[in-house]
Amino acid sequence: MKDSRHWLYRPENWPKLWAIQIVILVLVLLPDVFIHHHAHFTPQVFSLDASPGFYAWYGFVTCAGMVALAKVLGIFVKRDENYYDE
Amino acid sequence: MSEFALPPGLVMVLGAFLIPFAKGDRRRLLILGLPLLTLVLVWLVPANAHFPIPFLGFELDPVHYTAAGRLFATVFAIMAFAGGLYGLGNARNVEVMATLVYAGSAIGVTFAGDFVTLFIYWELMALGSTLVVYSAGTESARRAGFRYLMIHLLGGVVLMAGIAAHFAATGDIAVRALAPESFGAVLILIGFLINAGAPPLSAWIADAYPEASPSGTVVLSAFTTKTAVFALLVVFPGADILIWIGLYMVFYGIIYALLENDMRRILAYSIVNQVGFMVCAIGIGTELALNGAAAHAFAHIIYKALLLMSAGSVLMMTGKRKCTDLGGLFQSMPLTAMHGIIGALAISAFPFTSGFVTKSLETSAAAHEGLMIVWLLLLAASAGVFLHAGIKFPWFVFFQRDSGLRPPEPPRNMMQAMGLFSFLCIGLGLFPQVIYVMLPYPLDYQPYTLDHVLTQLQLLLFAGFAFFVMLDQMKRTLTISLDFDWFYRRFFKSLGEEFAVRTTTAHAGFEARTARTVRRLIDNLYAHHGPQGILARTRPTGSMVLWVALLLGCTLLLYIR
Repeated sequence: MKDSRHWLYRPENWPKLWAIQIVILVLVLLPDVFIHHHAHFTPQVFSLDASPGFYAWYGFVTCAGMVALAKVLGIFVKRDENYYDE
Repeated sequence: MSEFALPPGLVMVLGAFLIPFAKGDRRRLLILGLPLLTLVLVWLVPANAHFPIPFLGFELDPVHYTAAGRLFATVFAIMAFAGGLYGLGNARNVEVMATLVYAGSAIGVTFAGDFVTLFIYWELMALGSTLVVYSAGTESARRAGFRYLMIHLLGGVVLMAGIAAHFAATGDIAVRALAPESFGAVLILIGFLINAGAPPLSAWIADAYPEASPSGTVVLSAFTTKTAVFALLVVFPGADILIWIGLYMVFYGIIYALLENDMRRILAYSIVNQVGFMVCAIGIGTELALNGAAAHAFAHIIYKALLLMSAGSVLMMTGKRKCTDLGGLFQSMPLTAMHGIIGALAISAFPFTSGFVTKSLETSAAAHEGLMIVWLLLLAASAGVFLHAGIKFPWFVFFQRDSGLRPPEPPRNMMQAMGLFSFLCIGLGLFPQVIYVMLPYPLDYQPYTLDHVLTQLQLLLFAGFAFFVMLDQMKRTLTISLDFDWFYRRFFKSLGEEFAVRTTTAHAGFEARTARTVRRLIDNLYAHHGPQGILARTRPTGSMVLWVALLLGCTLLLYIR
């Protein structure tokens, strides 16, 4: 029987989607080997932003941090959706 | 000397009252024509416009040209047009009129040369927007609209008090840059910030806006907060405290949006996030930063409206608003999904979209001023925008798991409105000069350098990677999140209920005590004056005569000697 689900929803395609994503990430990271980023501050203040891969790891780490923070905060502030309607 | 000009906002406000008298094509012409007419008038206001109106001893200046004012008025008029187009088939007359009054008064604020005019339009906006919320017609909209009105009336009162104090201290009502040092100026700042969605009163945006109709939410997202951004930009540029207020708003928006399940509420939280960027830039206060805030506001209105249009279309076609009920809609609503994704890319400041060429002005301004911490936080927030709005919204609504829903695309007018704004999101991204020439200060900025495009792509794509890696942590739950509105929806309500219970008991006790006292008094009176009372006894005339006779007899005996 032919699977009527869209190819996006077929589990056998998911590894391919991950692979595509990884390839894209590697592609945007690759130029960092050849070019130097422009530094926004004088080297005495801050120079990390000119180092290779800074934007990649900074974006990843801060987002992971925000998700974790939201998760922790959720423990305290989440309520049933009918909380105010009782 | 004085150049005459029609007040552009007023034309739209007054024109709104023709709506009930028009039907069919004429109604359509009014809804779409009024914003266009206003747009033309906005651009016809000469730089030296002066149209004084004497009022209670003040000289009002309702048509005062500033470059920032014209920029905001332009995007407000475009928004009113697209909002009208989007709601053409569904919006009721009340909503259409309220929208035009609301948009017109927002434009009025941008041309206000004095604080009295600004305040009048400010309050008119509060009324218009409340009516837009109300006109959804549901009970929850009515309640949310009431809470919304209360917050804005509070903001209005604070603003009015500030204007009065400022006038009393300086004798000046002209809208000009102030330092938040005097009592009046601080109150004015608070009044503006309440409308901007600043802490602690940020919850009203996510509370009220998602309760409006699909078209109502679209227009609501544009005017109130961005008028506040305009007012802050003109009156409080460079006020340091705004940097930190802005940063708080940025992260508040992201965190709450991450916790949220309602698709339009996610986008409402993201309004606070975006306005936070602008408020922060206004706090930085350099020409580059102020240009950034103005440009970002312009671009933001368009892509946020586009996002809410696609969310509104989904709501209208499925009747569902929660991420937990949605998913897989790209299969039957591919165009709506495409417009939603374009809006999501623009809000995330992807290269070649309007967000990229405007928001980067703000982050650059922070770097230029050597504000390292602010720059790092803004950078993290830019990644966070992609996380909470750029991926989360399209992913949970259009992709995710297949919900089995197969709704058709929305009606043509909605598709046209989305098409127009998608076009603008990309067009402005490709030709940023269109915005740059309208900015309040001259700008020499090149957004498209290899370094900038590349670093932005790295930042965003790795933020996206974090989203998919942590997808399990982001599972939507059937919950809402507590916020400051808990104080006025729960705490004060409970306090009020507790007060009611306590006062009822106290009142009952007092009533019982009073009743007892009165009862005792009556009993006393009764005892003495009642039928058996000693003072009320009727004595027979005969006995009186006997006693009198006896007394007379005694007198006689005593005196006869």
